[in-house]
Amino acid sequence: MMQLWRAAYVIARRDFTAVVLSRTFILFLLGPLLPILIGFAFGGLGDKISSTDLRPIVGVAMSAADSAALQRSHDRLAERMGDQTLPRLRIVPATPAPRIQLARPDSEVVAILSGSLARPVLTGKVEDLDKLQGDISLLSTAALAERTLTFVTVDRQEVTTSLGAQAQARLLIGRVAQVVMFFLTILLAGMILSNLVEEKTNKIIEILAAAVPIDAIFLGKLMAMLAMSFVGIAFWGGTAFAIFLALHGGGGPLPAPAVGWPLFLLLAVLYFAMAYTLLGSLFLGIGAQAATVREVQTLNMPITMAQMLIFFFASYAVDHMGSPAEVAACIFPFSSPFAMIARAAQDGAVWPHLVALIWQAAFVALIIRVGVLLFRRHVMQSGGRWWKRLFRPATG
Amino acid sequence: MIGDITASSPASIPAYAVEGHGLVKTFGSFRAVDGIDIAVPAGAIYGVLGPNGAGKTTLLRTLLGIIDPDEGHRTLLGEDQPLRMAAQVGYLPEERGLYPSMKAFEAIAFMGALRGLPLKIGRERAKAMLDRHGMGASIEKPIRQLSKGMAQTVQLFGTIVHEPRLIVLDEPFSGLDAINQEKLEALIREQARNGVTILFSTHVIAHAERLCERIAIVAGGRIRFEGTPGDARDRLRSQVRLRTRASDGTWRRALPADTMAEEGTWHFALPDEGIEPLLRALIDGQAGIESLSIERPGLHDAFVAIAGEAAARQMGEDRQEEQP
Repeated sequence: MMQLWRAAYVIARRDFTAVVLSRTFILFLLGPLLPILIGFAFGGLGDKISSTDLRPIVGVAMSAADSAALQRSHDRLAERMGDQTLPRLRIVPATPAPRIQLARPDSEVVAILSGSLARPVLTGKVEDLDKLQGDISLLSTAALAERTLTFVTVDRQEVTTSLGAQAQARLLIGRVAQVVMFFLTILLAGMILSNLVEEKTNKIIEILAAAVPIDAIFLGKLMAMLAMSFVGIAFWGGTAFAIFLALHGGGGPLPAPAVGWPLFLLLAVLYFAMAYTLLGSLFLGIGAQAATVREVQTLNMPITMAQMLIFFFASYAVDHMGSPAEVAACIFPFSSPFAMIARAAQDGAVWPHLVALIWQAAFVALIIRVGVLLFRRHVMQSGGRWWKRLFRPATG
Repeated sequence: MIGDITASSPASIPAYAVEGHGLVKTFGSFRAVDGIDIAVPAGAIYGVLGPNGAGKTTLLRTLLGIIDPDEGHRTLLGEDQPLRMAAQVGYLPEERGLYPSMKAFEAIAFMGALRGLPLKIGRERAKAMLDRHGMGASIEKPIRQLSKGMAQTVQLFGTIVHEPRLIVLDEPFSGLDAINQEKLEALIREQARNGVTILFSTHVIAHAERLCERIAIVAGGRIRFEGTPGDARDRLRSQVRLRTRASDGTWRRALPADTMAEEGTWHFALPDEGIEPLLRALIDGQAGIESLSIERPGLHDAFVAIAGEAAARQMGEDRQEEQP
């Protein structure tokens, strides 16, 4: 077994240095940061948009006393309900009639309130009336009761823990972890598809196959790509963390996942490695059958779609902890890492993770073995019925 | 599931470095190797001769464990699972392959590392080999910047950098110029002097004739002859080439029945009773001998006879294709 790992290490080291020391790796590292920068640019724009007051403006064409009472009640209610909840008010002339004022090209109000506080009349389009009618009724009622309206005081009882809020936070952590893991996997594992093409087109596979078991070639390639992924994740994660600290200066304490942050992060790394190697070994096996880069590219689309399905399955399971669907997502090898990381966020039990990791690792080995045997059968044109050799030692 | 590969002790030296018995390998309905028995003595330079498509490469790949035979069994340095002996075997495939971005010395060291040689030692040896071979300036160059011949040399060094006990070369002279062919022949002889077993395939008979202690002639997936080049040549009788002034006379009755005439020259196999009775008849019949030579057949002639005219013709075509 040591010889197999040694051979895999030799191949992994070659692949890793070939990729990491190439100029294109810098682009690979910087690539995912572009969307972040674009996100910042658009985020700033979004802030500007959100700071623009988009509340509807209602014209008030009432007597001066009514208009003033209405404005005062607006201000008192806004103090308690928040500035953005009520429509803005603007005094408009009583004449011409609201209908005519609203038809003017320079009209800035969406509806006009006329009549009196006791019998207000709101003029506007049906959909605007539907939206504003309740607010205007509230404002008018408050204005009428201006003198007698008093707000009751609410006593506050503060607690440090709310299980409902905690459950919500953990659900959110699980979801975020799933999404991050999924995007990293889809971003990185797809590259493995074309991983053996270089060896096949450059005829290097013959030299490798004569020297080491093909299992070691597959394993080495997976190890190299996984290591390369970790370099990328460390770089992206470090950058994201630095940006987070710069913007929020540490902020308040984050809600903790059920297993605690240290174990959760460790499990996230392990489950990412498992998700990556599970999909990677499958991709490697499929990609190894392809003769050309074009064939590999053609395979990309259906494989990405399959990945999406797996992700949807796992993300459905997050909301249904303990349901048959969630248990199935935890057992099905390809969705298991995604389902289990969500479980780690919501459930404190540790032993299911040990079982899941062993289960997933066994499947990685099985997929590699099947991929190797199919590779020997179809590409190297060697060996007979591949399933008969599934559990034989990989000694060539 | 994923099992063990363990290098065997170099102390055990079998009589035959490579053995194959009843080897059969088919691709679809085509029997590329059709029941081959082969035994390569340890320490020998052994050539597998045959035209392209004869099954040489498939035979070597089967013996090395790159592909498994459909029938039969093989041993490599006494081990029936060839990859177990990978650390003691060097293999140069017919289709050369190197990572284009790798530096020359790194490529050699990598090939050694695949077979268990520590990278540090591999790098040192690689630099020394390249330097000794006059390629010192190319040590740090990536493979893609090397000429085809230089890249082939790099691959050859990668084949021997870990000092194997058995070197298997598939068409090693293919693509090399005359100078590099000469260097490769010298290298093969040097390795053999050090006790290394060399098994190589070729369709250029001259190399086999110069180098090999034993040969196997392969055609149609079968071994048609196995033995020394001398044995192969001995299968044919020596050829007599006679030129006479007279074109006809009673002396002609003394020529063997299968004699062929070509512009005043007679060709025929040396008669079993020797040349003397024929000479006497020629002199008595006043044939007017201008020249008479007895030529021992070359390996090429033996190949023609053994593998068949068609195979020989195929080889001729292959050689023509290769010549620049």
